[in-house]
Amino acid sequence: MAGSIDHEIPLSATDDLQSLPVLGKLHEWVVTVDHKRLGIMYIAGGLVFFLVAGLQAATIRLQLAFPDGNIVSPQVFNRLMTVHGTAMVFLVGMPILTGFFNYLVPLMVGARDLAFPRLNAFGFWLWLFGSLLLYFSYIAGDGLYGAGSAPDVGWFAYAPLTELPFSRGNSTDYWILSILLTSVGTTATAINLIATAFCMRCEGMTLNKMPVLVWLAIVVAFMMIVALPPLSAAQAMLLADRFLGAHFFDTQAGGSAILWQHFFWIFGHPEVYILVIPAFAFASEIIPVFSRKVIFGYSVMVAASCGIAFISMSVWAHHMFSVGMTPAGNSFFAASSMMVGVPTGIKIFNWLGTMWGGKLRFQVPMLFSLAFLFQFLIAGLTGIMLAVAPFDWQTTDTYFVVAHFHYVLVGAIVFMIFAAIYYWFPKVTGRMLSEKLGQWHFWLFLIGFHMTFDTMHFSGLRGMPRRIYTYQPGRGLETLNLIESIGALVQGIGVLFFVINVVRSLRSGEVAGDDPWDAWTLEWSTTSPPPEYNFATPPVVRSRRPLWDLKHPEDPDWKYE
Amino acid sequence: MGDSNSKIPVSSVFDPVSTPAHEINVIALFSIGITAVIFVIVGGLLTYAIVRFRRHPGDDDREPPQVYGSNPIEFAWTTVPVLIVLVLFLTTARTIYQVQAPTRPPDAISVRVIAHQWWWEFRYPDLGIVTANELHVPLSDRQSPTPTFLALESADVAHSFWVPRLAGKTDVIPNRKNEMWIDPHVAGTYLGQCAEYCGTEHGLMLLRVIVEPRADFDRWVAAQKQPPAVDASVAHGRQIFESTACVNCHTIQGTAAVGRFGPDLTHLMTRVTIGAGVAMNTRDHLRVWVDDPNVMKPGALMPAMNLGDKDLDDLVAYLATLH
Repeated sequence: MAGSIDHEIPLSATDDLQSLPVLGKLHEWVVTVDHKRLGIMYIAGGLVFFLVAGLQAATIRLQLAFPDGNIVSPQVFNRLMTVHGTAMVFLVGMPILTGFFNYLVPLMVGARDLAFPRLNAFGFWLWLFGSLLLYFSYIAGDGLYGAGSAPDVGWFAYAPLTELPFSRGNSTDYWILSILLTSVGTTATAINLIATAFCMRCEGMTLNKMPVLVWLAIVVAFMMIVALPPLSAAQAMLLADRFLGAHFFDTQAGGSAILWQHFFWIFGHPEVYILVIPAFAFASEIIPVFSRKVIFGYSVMVAASCGIAFISMSVWAHHMFSVGMTPAGNSFFAASSMMVGVPTGIKIFNWLGTMWGGKLRFQVPMLFSLAFLFQFLIAGLTGIMLAVAPFDWQTTDTYFVVAHFHYVLVGAIVFMIFAAIYYWFPKVTGRMLSEKLGQWHFWLFLIGFHMTFDTMHFSGLRGMPRRIYTYQPGRGLETLNLIESIGALVQGIGVLFFVINVVRSLRSGEVAGDDPWDAWTLEWSTTSPPPEYNFATPPVVRSRRPLWDLKHPEDPDWKYE
Repeated sequence: MGDSNSKIPVSSVFDPVSTPAHEINVIALFSIGITAVIFVIVGGLLTYAIVRFRRHPGDDDREPPQVYGSNPIEFAWTTVPVLIVLVLFLTTARTIYQVQAPTRPPDAISVRVIAHQWWWEFRYPDLGIVTANELHVPLSDRQSPTPTFLALESADVAHSFWVPRLAGKTDVIPNRKNEMWIDPHVAGTYLGQCAEYCGTEHGLMLLRVIVEPRADFDRWVAAQKQPPAVDASVAHGRQIFESTACVNCHTIQGTAAVGRFGPDLTHLMTRVTIGAGVAMNTRDHLRVWVDDPNVMKPGALMPAMNLGDKDLDDLVAYLATLH
């Protein structure tokens, strides 16, 4: 393999570096093309941005804790909410989820790496520097003489607020370039995942015997390839508007503000599923293991995910019910948005079917997964309410919508990211996370989450629009906002327990062994952490659960599949 | 400043006083009802599974029976949601057409709503009136309805017109004309605000709708049509107004001021608030505002006037005569 030949040269050339422990280690990580190291770097980078963007959210909640709040100026508030939103989607959600796929897909299909390891490294570095560009805007957005400023146009950056007359300086340009770069990196990962899953599966693993997680990685990768180009195209057009005097979205010169909305949401809605389907993927691996049962309705689960992917391409304008579409247009997008509920419901029922008749073990990964089930159920149901276009006319752009999408992004996705970290941390590091600290983390985060986001539904229904930097007393919003802010604090303490847990385990965690959860997919058959080549000999499988077959030779899966 | 809103009831979407908001409330409650039933059933099953199938301390290590799936069950839990979606869609479409395709009686009131960063301009083309931030509309009774039709336009970026108790929101988008309607049948003042992020002061782009019985509305219209009375005692204030940058952005009928970038001030003192709802319209607040609007509304596009105390007092004295 070309990779192994390349590998010999830097090793001998860096003998001097090897003798310096810190620099040598750093060098190893910078030049690596190993899917596991890149996966870890994606996840670690995403978690760092999670803490930063989380602190920005905490500042927002501090400002809104009391009416007529005066903690930050309106300009600073608008930058906080813009960077918080952009970062949580592009710098936290995307990298952590693709990081997991990076790490897990080759292991789960019994391969030694992704199909294109160098493309993988390229994608990661594009993502990292693209991400840094977003935060670099804080220093350079207006230039140092103007003391700098970050973008303040909102994470979906509606035109024409982003056009030169309304957005001077360069903060919006940093926003555009950051997203453009991270999107290119993500597209590279998507191509890699598809090629790996289709071409590099081990002997015996037909498409029909792939773990559900690998199937969902393919679905997500295809969605990325379809959804990201419209976003990149829109960003290129906006750059042309700002630098070359094009007038795509420049309404003062006859451009269209609605055009931007179509471009953004035809990316933006599939993006929601690009983020949440990985959460489904984790749940589909974790819930069976902790229920001690095979996943219920494997092929239906896969088909439902494909169905979600298809339908999600035709729902984007439900973000635009209030822009004045025709009744026919509104009705179409109401219908398509409600239809997404059907395959999504099927998935929840199948997880329920998986637990039914099992022997549930309530360790931390399962606790997060169970909370995910309830929260995703609620998120789906408020989603149905929002698909009722007339109800959406009242609730869109209010805290009801903020509550709804945080139920998806935090209640479903962040909860499943935590579940996945607790579940695969032993494989990645060879050490267990503490169950006790994990319980603290889980319960605090759960309580804080519900204090903050349950309450937001009600402030929205009482007339509080999103993105307002302050509100007046006497509008019936004081108590709700105070509870939301206290909840944010409780969530923060929960995350602190998580950080302590990770740091403690890395230093002195209990040794995990190869298969601490008594699980069934291929990654648990190799050592923890896996060697660079993953498997000493390429595995051969006969069913979806190769380790079940090994552990239960009297009752193997392949008899029933 | 904040006390300006404490006398207005909470703007709950569940407390409608106008047909569009009422129609929305009905279907909102219907969809909440359906989803609540789904939540109770599915949430109940999940809870049951968690309690019933938990591992007990004395359990042996044997694995439970492995069940790979069941096509009849999958079929059932696909069909039922499809039926629910069908019902919900039909009722939704009905409400969409009801709200979006109203009949327009001949004596309906027409208002052009022009959203600006960060205030609202209201023009009544049939009545020849221009005002700002506080929309006056007549009460509409159910026998002989006099709804108000709003034509929405933007002078700069995207905004959204939202008064929760009167109607759902409709975006106000540059280069595009949107329309909405209200027919309030309870008199009172209703609070709303811009609901689409529109820049720095999006948070303080408030609006009020004042719904009055027809006779009161007609009196208000008549008063707005009058030019402001000339008061010789504030001539110096008026001279300051006419000789400084004020005239570039503001209009006061009967004076040299015909600017359209900022609110029309002809009948400034008939409005309850200033600065798109940031403060009650008192002389003290007006003085603070004219001296430097950034004190009350950081980022507001009106510049600080830097007039000096005497001129400022005279100018505010003049403004206070604009009834």
